Amino acid sequence: MVYGPARLLPGDQIRITTNPDTEPFWQAAREHRLTACRCGECGTFRMPPTPVCPHCGSREKDWPTLPGTATVFSYVICNKNPKTGEDFVYVPVVVDLDGAPGARLNANVTGCDAEDVHIGMKVSVEWTPIQDDWVLPNFRKA
Amino acid sequence: MAWVHQDKCAIVGVGATDYYVRGKSWPRTINDMAAEAIMNACADAGISHRQIDGFAYYSTAGAGYLDKFDTASLMETLGMPHISFSATLTSGGGGCVGAIGLATAGLMNEDCTYTVTLMALQQLPQHRLGVVFGAAAPSPENSFLQPSGLVGPGHLMSMLTRRHMHLYGTKPEALKEIVQATRANTHDRPKAIRKNSLSDEEYWDSPMLADPLRRLDFCLETDGAVAVITTTTDRAKDCRHKPALVHACAHGGQREWGRAFAWMGMPDPYFASAGHEFTANRIWAQSGLSAKDMDVALLYDHFSPMVLMQLEDYGFCERGEGSDYVLSGKVRYDAATGGKVNGGVPVNTHGGNLNEAYIIGMTHLVEAVEQVRGTAINQVADAEFALASGGPAALPVSSLILRRD
Repeated sequence: MVYGPARLLPGDQIRITTNPDTEPFWQAAREHRLTACRCGECGTFRMPPTPVCPHCGSREKDWPTLPGTATVFSYVICNKNPKTGEDFVYVPVVVDLDGAPGARLNANVTGCDAEDVHIGMKVSVEWTPIQDDWVLPNFRKA
Repeated sequence: MAWVHQDKCAIVGVGATDYYVRGKSWPRTINDMAAEAIMNACADAGISHRQIDGFAYYSTAGAGYLDKFDTASLMETLGMPHISFSATLTSGGGGCVGAIGLATAGLMNEDCTYTVTLMALQQLPQHRLGVVFGAAAPSPENSFLQPSGLVGPGHLMSMLTRRHMHLYGTKPEALKEIVQATRANTHDRPKAIRKNSLSDEEYWDSPMLADPLRRLDFCLETDGAVAVITTTTDRAKDCRHKPALVHACAHGGQREWGRAFAWMGMPDPYFASAGHEFTANRIWAQSGLSAKDMDVALLYDHFSPMVLMQLEDYGFCERGEGSDYVLSGKVRYDAATGGKVNGGVPVNTHGGNLNEAYIIGMTHLVEAVEQVRGTAINQVADAEFALASGGPAALPVSSLILRRD
């Protein structure tokens, strides 16, 4: 199927909420710094951020700055804006984050046609302003 | 080792309302439909609804996506004199058939004597699943999923399906075959919603809602209610029908699956699976049986690829071979051969959620009972063992084997 350019969903229709466990991730994103939750004891990554390390049980967390690159693990091609129902080609992806083994993000990918997205494709982070002055990590074909 | 409660309990009654296209059940209320299903199940069992003293729910006692069942209200308004067991499995439709194991727990602990397991679903416009999911303000956890535009269950299943296609070369033709094979089972079912045979052209022309999944890979959106009555096998001897013995039943799952597509953190090979391997292994261990011993498989089919991935999880074929297995015709039902085709096991002889009706898994339970009673519309000859599963979703998921008495 031919879909054409993969677009990012408009940031002005996107909202998030945070809690004390997740807020450091979003504060870093505001500064255009991609991070992931890492256990402060054993160093195991986990996403989304949660209170306890499932590997060792520690409640210590740290938030290293990641390279901002990632690999597409899987994807879906969608053709309707979920808020408005209008024709709109976007590609939700699950990506494996470089520098954070086991940590994934769900995002949109752009910078190529939707039908050219593929598993294993290298991508780099691109920042999308969203509601309430938050910033969302999306990805562009590297 | 065999399960200590093997064959000690049985499903003795099944009851349902008519099945309605989403929203068409109005002006009936959801409570009216639930009451009819309970009364029909009791009539089928040959008991009075006043004998029900246990409630074993799943889906956190949800009735559809926004309503809740409440035992206090049900017993008071339907006229059950007392109840001595009221419990639910957590999460959603994954627990459907596991609720029968919950009923067994109540019965074997002598808490109660007749339990009802129940689901009612009424998708008025504001209650539609896709709408409920997409309209919710994202929680802090869901803020890592919803902004990507993954707003409906179909989007989420597509993500798993794509990975399965990548890892194993799974073909779109296999998804088409699942839809067509199960559609072929509804021709002579009066209550089924989709009954016309499905051509290749019609399937390929079905709109791509979340590539690689087409509209026809998505299940129906249905209104209606279904109830089943479980009791001890001793009591079952006084009921109207031959009991459907609870031979093995498990719910749960493993951490690698966890919240599943509400998380997307599953490592391979769990990501491209239905999350059922753990409970599948539990029921095989409980029973000493394996997939090849099943006479019929009622696999929760909210989306066609989840049938394929369950075939792998349960061991009907090896991991990654679901596409070839399906394309060899092995999920088909053929009355002329007594059911089985090409050495396979017929799947969803009732048409499933894709074609008959979607009441969050309960129709699979009804069909499993009818198959081991020997009264199914598409009866598998001499069916002794029926496998039924609860929906691939966040844990717990669940697995059940019913046995002919």
